[in-house]
Amino acid sequence: MQIYADNAATTRMSPEAVAAMLPYLEENFGNPSSLYAAGQRAREALEAAREKVARCIGADPRGIVFTSGGSEADNQALLSAAALGQKAGKRHIVSDAIEHHAVLHTLKKLEKDGFEVTLLPVHENGVVRPAELEAALRDDTCLVSIMYANNEIGTIQPIREIGGICRRRGVPFHTDAVQAVGHLPIDVRADGVTMLSASAHKFHGPKGVGFLYAAPGTPLVNLIEGGAQERGKRAGTENVPGVVAMSVALEQAVGRLPAHAALAALRDRLIAGLAEIPHAALNGDAEKRLPSNVNFCFEGIEGESLLLMLDDLGICASSGSACTSGSLDPSHVLLAIGRVHDVAHGSLRLTLGDDATEQQVDYIVQAVRQVVAQLRSFSPVWRDLTAGKTPFIL
Amino acid sequence: MALYSEKVMDHFRHPRNVGVIEDADGVGEVGNAKCGDIMKMYLKIEDDVIRDVKFETFGCASAVASSSMATELIKGRPVSEAMQLTNRAVAEALDGLPAYKMHCSVLAEEAIRNALDDYYARHPEKEKEA
Repeated sequence: MQIYADNAATTRMSPEAVAAMLPYLEENFGNPSSLYAAGQRAREALEAAREKVARCIGADPRGIVFTSGGSEADNQALLSAAALGQKAGKRHIVSDAIEHHAVLHTLKKLEKDGFEVTLLPVHENGVVRPAELEAALRDDTCLVSIMYANNEIGTIQPIREIGGICRRRGVPFHTDAVQAVGHLPIDVRADGVTMLSASAHKFHGPKGVGFLYAAPGTPLVNLIEGGAQERGKRAGTENVPGVVAMSVALEQAVGRLPAHAALAALRDRLIAGLAEIPHAALNGDAEKRLPSNVNFCFEGIEGESLLLMLDDLGICASSGSACTSGSLDPSHVLLAIGRVHDVAHGSLRLTLGDDATEQQVDYIVQAVRQVVAQLRSFSPVWRDLTAGKTPFIL
Repeated sequence: MALYSEKVMDHFRHPRNVGVIEDADGVGEVGNAKCGDIMKMYLKIEDDVIRDVKFETFGCASAVASSSMATELIKGRPVSEAMQLTNRAVAEALDGLPAYKMHCSVLAEEAIRNALDDYYARHPEKEKEA
């Protein structure tokens, strides 16, 4: 059996999105900035896509800036808010410990430029507490940036509550919604969001395209100079085929949201199955969680080995172990929810697709059980744990 | 190109000499769970020859493969030869490791050196040759 269970990494493009982009690679290849009819056809397609995307998140189309993806949108949102804050003498930013590196690394850069950053804790369940966020706000806070849903442990943040607080306190609120757009119902107005980042390839659109929503009137600074595209906020000839495909994929994804209760039921079946493996623990809140996300730690084993053995069994998954992150430390998200290094190395993330089935879930449970047992059979850590030489953590 | 050579994957999927030697003449353990790799080597030595070797590893595929290959390289060899085993030899025997995984071969070399040190510590009458 072949199961792609790494949909938080990227998704397969929807056939309809592929079909929608083809005419803009072939006959309608014109540059939207050109005045002749072929250019204007591309322009119309671009603007139609903008309206479609805006509708999917309850936004004003004028607030949608097409970007190369989520990371660019995150960078632009943070740097824009910081530039605005700077002008007003406000140099404090509130965010949290489990943000994507597109946010965390940009915050690091801002710190070097003299900004002060408060990273809120997310506690054991991986969720920000609004009261703590409110308490962290200061007179010189120029931005709150809290992700909509976490890419590793799938926890969903209390965005509407945070949006309400920010609105009341007059602080711009950005949310990295890369894992949420197309996966959760989003309404930027009701959520009180000033800026939102999204990426097409997370919802069955193409790679290399995404968008930044910025409420009309929010000043943006350019990351890329060189032309008047995107109302002067993002230079460069627009990725028309990508944008068109993104709009189609997003519309489809939003249309599938009502069916997500079934996906959540499969997720819970997977969680229940994996929880039966001894000395294993779910990472992140069991309920405030994306319907597709399952993330576990297994004591006594290492994640990369786990992934490669699962790959041999036809399962594509990911891990927060240091070996898979290319650094010496395991995932900052797992460390932030209190997992110590020893168990954080043994993490497994499975993110189901909309087309997941009970048979697939049951196969995954059986495969993970088998592989964990196999790796434990020659793990000196597991030997010491079972011999009582070291205490179990999980 | 795949992340690892076929040889690494073969030793990862079918690790040689896995297990424990209860009455080992030398035991070595290196690494720690914090950084994600632990290797434990058990040696059975007779007449200055490594008659048997077993390992246990907690770590990534290259750590498992490096320990497996290292056991193959020293099994049946004189102790003096095992003392000369280098991480480079382990990596080469595996048809190479990605640069950022070379430390796994270093751990394998160290685990074996560690087990041999333990053997020499238990047999002060033996003269260390390396």
